[in-house]
Amino acid sequence: MFDFWSIVRRFLYMLFVLWIVATIIFFMFRLMPGSPLTAFIGTTFTDEQHDLLVKRFGLDKSLFEQYTLFIVNTLKGDFGLSFTYNKPVINMIIEALPNSIILTLFSLVIAYIFGVIAGAYLAWKRATFIEGFSIPIVLTTRSAPEFWLGMIALAFFSFQLDIFPSGGTSAAGVIYETTLSKLTSLHFYYHLILPSLVLALYLQGLPLLLMRSNMLEVMQEDFVTMSKMKGLSSWRIVIYHAARNALLPVATAFTLGVGFAFGGNVVIETVFSWPGLGRLLVFAVSSSDYPLAQGAFIFLTAILILMNFLADLLYLFLDPRVSYKTKN
Amino acid sequence: MIAEIYKIFKENNYATIGVCIYLFFILVAIFADLIATNDPLRINFSSSGLARNLPPSWEYFLGTTSNGRDIFSQLIYGSRNALAVGLSAALAVAILGTIVGLISGFYGGWIDNLIMRLADIALGLPFLPFVIVLAAFLGPSSWNVVIAIGLLLWPNAGRIIRSQVLTLRERGYIESAKVSGCSNFRIIFLHIAPNILPLSFLYGSIAIGWAILTEASVSFLGFGPSDVISWGYMLQDAYSSQALSLGAYIWFIPPGICIVLMVVAGFFISRGYEEILFPKIKK
Repeated sequence: MFDFWSIVRRFLYMLFVLWIVATIIFFMFRLMPGSPLTAFIGTTFTDEQHDLLVKRFGLDKSLFEQYTLFIVNTLKGDFGLSFTYNKPVINMIIEALPNSIILTLFSLVIAYIFGVIAGAYLAWKRATFIEGFSIPIVLTTRSAPEFWLGMIALAFFSFQLDIFPSGGTSAAGVIYETTLSKLTSLHFYYHLILPSLVLALYLQGLPLLLMRSNMLEVMQEDFVTMSKMKGLSSWRIVIYHAARNALLPVATAFTLGVGFAFGGNVVIETVFSWPGLGRLLVFAVSSSDYPLAQGAFIFLTAILILMNFLADLLYLFLDPRVSYKTKN
Repeated sequence: MIAEIYKIFKENNYATIGVCIYLFFILVAIFADLIATNDPLRINFSSSGLARNLPPSWEYFLGTTSNGRDIFSQLIYGSRNALAVGLSAALAVAILGTIVGLISGFYGGWIDNLIMRLADIALGLPFLPFVIVLAAFLGPSSWNVVIAIGLLLWPNAGRIIRSQVLTLRERGYIESAKVSGCSNFRIIFLHIAPNILPLSFLYGSIAIGWAILTEASVSFLGFGPSDVISWGYMLQDAYSSQALSLGAYIWFIPPGICIVLMVVAGFFISRGYEEILFPKIKK
């Protein structure tokens, strides 16, 4: 059915793309105007202190040496020290990562469950008033900037009605001891509701439209006509025969969506002060904290590329008509 | 010709609505100086001091910001930025995607291979994070968004156009053009290009909405220019000036609606256009 080596080759190719992206990012940050330490060094610093810092962050070496060091360290999982926090970047990323993962998965699951059901329903109601009414609404929610939806939700639900917290992952003063205690705290999920619903509202359009068009396509295939002739009820046809086949591309889109949503979370995390990877990146870039920005960016890219790779594999397993052997 | 275009719009509601919305915003952008009632960046004063957070009135149709600026005038001038960014990004995507697709599809071989590898890399970059880094790299300007959209979205258009060129290349009339001694350049741009222009237009129209959304997001995150009035800038201003806790809906709802209208119009046009291009979809 599939060739083991072609998958290995694709995996290696994925690593190659990641390496190129890491290289581009490295040079973009190095070639930025201004010294990378301007944001970090206070005016009261003496020359010795300045030199010490330059040495500490490895900025006295040549660009090529810095690059090789960067690649070697990245392979070891060492992204250097954050300029602003003076902490290892990797620790900060590991701290932010669970927040981003949970926000993304939560919203995607809500969006896809809703999208798939609503999409199948709208395909069934083809050319009716309901369809003509719903499709423009779906297109409109897809066109709204996520952060604007977030702002409206915050103004209304948090500030006016005061039923949801206005941001962050915990109430003022509450600090979670460990990641585990955070993830098992009801408080955390209470804070999660508003951002994940807003994100889901934005994300549901794609599965909905995809499911709808797949359903329309599948409904015209011979086996559906056959089931109709057999006298099966239309519900049975929709659920057991058409929907199952229409779900294939949606499953792939979900996997791709994880990678995509991760990058797009930047704005949602900022609006809701959600301490995830995207907000870390925004902070790092705006405060010229290059090691941190580099680390966060490489992580976001790795997740995106990995998800693209998994989507390819998933497609291969779910749809036997696609074969890597014949494709290559 | 005109009758044909008219017929298309008559049969296609989506496209008509989209075009009407664009025409509206184009008119607003052209006559912004006449429509706006105030200088959008001027800090206004009333008899009792700074005219901050005023409710809507005849003087300020949508009230004022916390800095005493006229919201309605900002909204009107914001349409210029949105149109400029959207249309130039559309042009960038259409031109880049078309040239890349033509060359890649026509020459094949290592050129094709190299271009497709570049496409993989462009698609491997997380979109918004890359735009942010690029904005920091190039300094705040609306053009960053255009550059980023061009750099990252050409592969989608390029790949489709490439596959179209692959089939066109084998047609008889291309063969005869080759035999009669046409240069490759002439074949590509005179004989093949006109056939794929509708696709270029389609991908360009999709890019408009993306560009406007991206520009708004980048401005909102604080990486946009601070001296250009855009809808994203207005939203960022509102967010950072506590408009949410003040319940100043009149400040942050209108710019969002304008963005939605523009992006939706882009979707509608590309959707309607797709139905014209691929009539099979419309059953």
